[in-house]
Amino acid sequence: MVSMTELSKIHNSPESAARLKKRRAAEWRLKAYGILAIVLAGAALITLMWSVVSKASGAFTESYISLPVYLEADEIDPDNTGDPTIIGRANYGGLSKDALKAAFPFVKSRGDKREMYDIISGGAAFELRELAMTTPSVVGQTLDFRFLASDIADLYLKGSYGELIEQNAGGNLTVESSGKTAVVNSSAADFAFVMARLKEDLRGKAAFNRDQAALQENGRAVFVERGDLVEAAKREAERDRLIALAIELEARAAQDGGTEVLDKSSPSVLVRMGETWVKLTAVSATGGEGDVIGTLRNVKLATGDWQVYSQDLPEASRKVSDLQIVLIENLRSAGVVETVFNTRFFTAGDSREPELAGIWGAAVGSFWTMLVTILLAFPIGVMAAVYLEEFAKKNLMNTFIEVNINNLAAVPSIVYGLLGLAVFLGFFGVPRSAPLAGGIVLAVMTLPTIIIASRAAMAAVPPSIRDAALGIGASKLQTAFHHVLPLSMPGILTGTIIGMARALGETAPLIMIGMVAFIVDVPTGITDSATVLPVQIYRWSDFPERAFEARTSAAILVLLVFLVLMNGLAVFLRKRFERRW
Amino acid sequence: MKLFTILAVASIAATSASARDQIRIVGSSTVFPFSTAVAEQFGKTTDFATPVVESTGSGGGMKLFCSGVGVEHPDMTNASRRMKAKEFKLCQDNGVTEVVESVIGYDGIVIANALSGPTFALTLEQIVIALAADGPMPSTWDQVDPSLPAIAIEVLGPPPSSGTRDAFEELVMHEGCELTELVACEGISIREDGVFVEAGENDNLIVSKLEANPNALGVFGFSFLDQNSDVIKGAAIDGVEPTFDNIADGEYEISRSLYYYIKVAHIDVIPGIAEYAAEFSSEAAAGEEGYLTDKGLIPLFEDEFEQNSDRVNGLDLMTGDEWN
Repeated sequence: MVSMTELSKIHNSPESAARLKKRRAAEWRLKAYGILAIVLAGAALITLMWSVVSKASGAFTESYISLPVYLEADEIDPDNTGDPTIIGRANYGGLSKDALKAAFPFVKSRGDKREMYDIISGGAAFELRELAMTTPSVVGQTLDFRFLASDIADLYLKGSYGELIEQNAGGNLTVESSGKTAVVNSSAADFAFVMARLKEDLRGKAAFNRDQAALQENGRAVFVERGDLVEAAKREAERDRLIALAIELEARAAQDGGTEVLDKSSPSVLVRMGETWVKLTAVSATGGEGDVIGTLRNVKLATGDWQVYSQDLPEASRKVSDLQIVLIENLRSAGVVETVFNTRFFTAGDSREPELAGIWGAAVGSFWTMLVTILLAFPIGVMAAVYLEEFAKKNLMNTFIEVNINNLAAVPSIVYGLLGLAVFLGFFGVPRSAPLAGGIVLAVMTLPTIIIASRAAMAAVPPSIRDAALGIGASKLQTAFHHVLPLSMPGILTGTIIGMARALGETAPLIMIGMVAFIVDVPTGITDSATVLPVQIYRWSDFPERAFEARTSAAILVLLVFLVLMNGLAVFLRKRFERRW
Repeated sequence: MKLFTILAVASIAATSASARDQIRIVGSSTVFPFSTAVAEQFGKTTDFATPVVESTGSGGGMKLFCSGVGVEHPDMTNASRRMKAKEFKLCQDNGVTEVVESVIGYDGIVIANALSGPTFALTLEQIVIALAADGPMPSTWDQVDPSLPAIAIEVLGPPPSSGTRDAFEELVMHEGCELTELVACEGISIREDGVFVEAGENDNLIVSKLEANPNALGVFGFSFLDQNSDVIKGAAIDGVEPTFDNIADGEYEISRSLYYYIKVAHIDVIPGIAEYAAEFSSEAAAGEEGYLTDKGLIPLFEDEFEQNSDRVNGLDLMTGDEWN
């Protein structure tokens, strides 16, 4: 027996205090690790969400350009039948192009016209056709039609291709125009800013040539050492050529004044005079020479009547050309460009044109697929669990089945796709690409999860419930279905929903059964060809067009919303029906 | 009981499958962006249903295409390389005896890096020396040629399952090995010591990896360079820059033809196959100013274009002598 004084001696000894300190430090460290882990996970989640949301914002608005379009009766419906099938046959693409031609009569050359047509979407003509077919009274009239902007015009309006920056223009401008080209001269050094930039570019190019020359010199030295004089002479000549080029560029950069050429790899400089613009091809500090976009006579303009714009991104490095920028800016000044909420994204099926593409087809495909999955997986899974938990005897056979179910839960999902291809498509002849096939495969994939979750939920029901039911004369069947199953439902539902959420995000098994496909039409049943949300995300991310990047992120958000809703439902069901024993 | 339901549903589905009214196309992921554009246009401008286009890869597409005649098999397959003799034989063995071959156009394969990185001008010989598995296996570019920058060789490219990889090996490795004594042509393969990184099938992913690592080079299709020219630049190969015009002129060496194949036995069974093929080989689609060039397709030369149109419209069958 230790006396109290001795005990307190032990507890108050310096060794004891050191041990206590150590234990408390360990506890503090553990807490710190925990907090650190949560902070890291939170930071990763926030980064992911931020990158998705910031990229997706571009997909939630779309741009329209209103232009008057004349629906000539002779072209569309010469006999005035009002019959939609006749009206539908007209060339609406041509009518849309005519609307642009009427708006910009000065665009003449073939290449320029092509660029002009590219600012409205190819889908706009089909919308015009739709309008004429549904309301034949518009035929023969001129109406202001809202043309959907193309992906590049839309991206430009959203600022994806650099900004058009207005520069200070303080002088009076003298313009000498020959119709196609013009010479502009300002009384002030209003173009000095671009000269500075071009000189900087020249110095950069000179430095680049010197770097390349140094590399050639390396080569020369190595080949001289190796004794390969032919190769060495080649490198020497190349080196000298590069150095000569660099010296010339440096001389150009050093001189004051002078004229520099602007080409597709230099920044663009645009002079605006109301609706007419001059795209400069050569520039000095006070003026330059360029191509006229619009119609232009010889004029003198006072300060304020003209502006200078620059676009830092060279024309070669962006999909939107200078001509397109000018046309879009003119339309914007005329107030006919509007940017509205993109309902199309949520109501349309897939398309190869980013501005026409929507998520609805994939969302409906996901719905049908999930419907098939839950109708198959839930009853089969729960019945299997009831049998295994309540009726099956503990013998070797049932242990074997149990081990196999646990194993199946960990099988990579692509394996289920192979199974689906061989058995359901190959043997039973289920149609390829259909939600039916996808649903069956995903049901098989989800079954083990549901069975395991259901068994765990049933095992958690206390034996006293079963004993009481059996004690008052209920059969085993009645016990299972009247008492155990209802009490374990929250757990079963939670497991099922989590399994379904996994199935909703699955793509790998669907590759095999042909659901990784381009399908324009929204599916109307479980045997129509369809695709699902994660497949849509995967496919959009693989297209080269820049505008699909925003749509990919927006589709990810839509999928995340569904996943959050499903997991939220699982939490709700658990809280609502939870029982404590 | 539920199993019976599955069987019942499946058998209903099987009967409904026999009445297919839309064209089914499988095959290459490289041709996919073009094939889908034509499919959408075809669906909008005609009374036929919009075809369903699957992206299965060239090899996978051939396998499905050649698996037999009947509505459960696809009607067409896209390929970023020509059908192989053994695939043609597989077709024959499975009763797919009548096949029409059509060329769509060209696709350039570019080697590019970030705008902020060094500018590369390479020759086929240099690429082969840098990347061949049984060559000198240099670790920096200046070991390949002293006039190249002294930075580590790092090339991101497609995995072996990709048609782009097949074409890269054929057009660069097999062609280039003839030019150098340092690498034996027999059984040439790309090195696997981490210098050539298999970056997956998604070319957008390679582009964003290049942005993050300016010293790395990437191998992918021309349309991705075209769409991302504000962040990456293509390396000149043997002094030729990878531009639309250079590829279309045939100046740029690393370009391949893209194909699709039509199952003639299906033409009278599934509506619209001949019309779809006509749309695909039309001037408005694959011509010099067709909408497919906007998507990055390099059009055929004029005489090839004519020949191809004739072949498709006349349904000239493959004879099996194509590989001799």
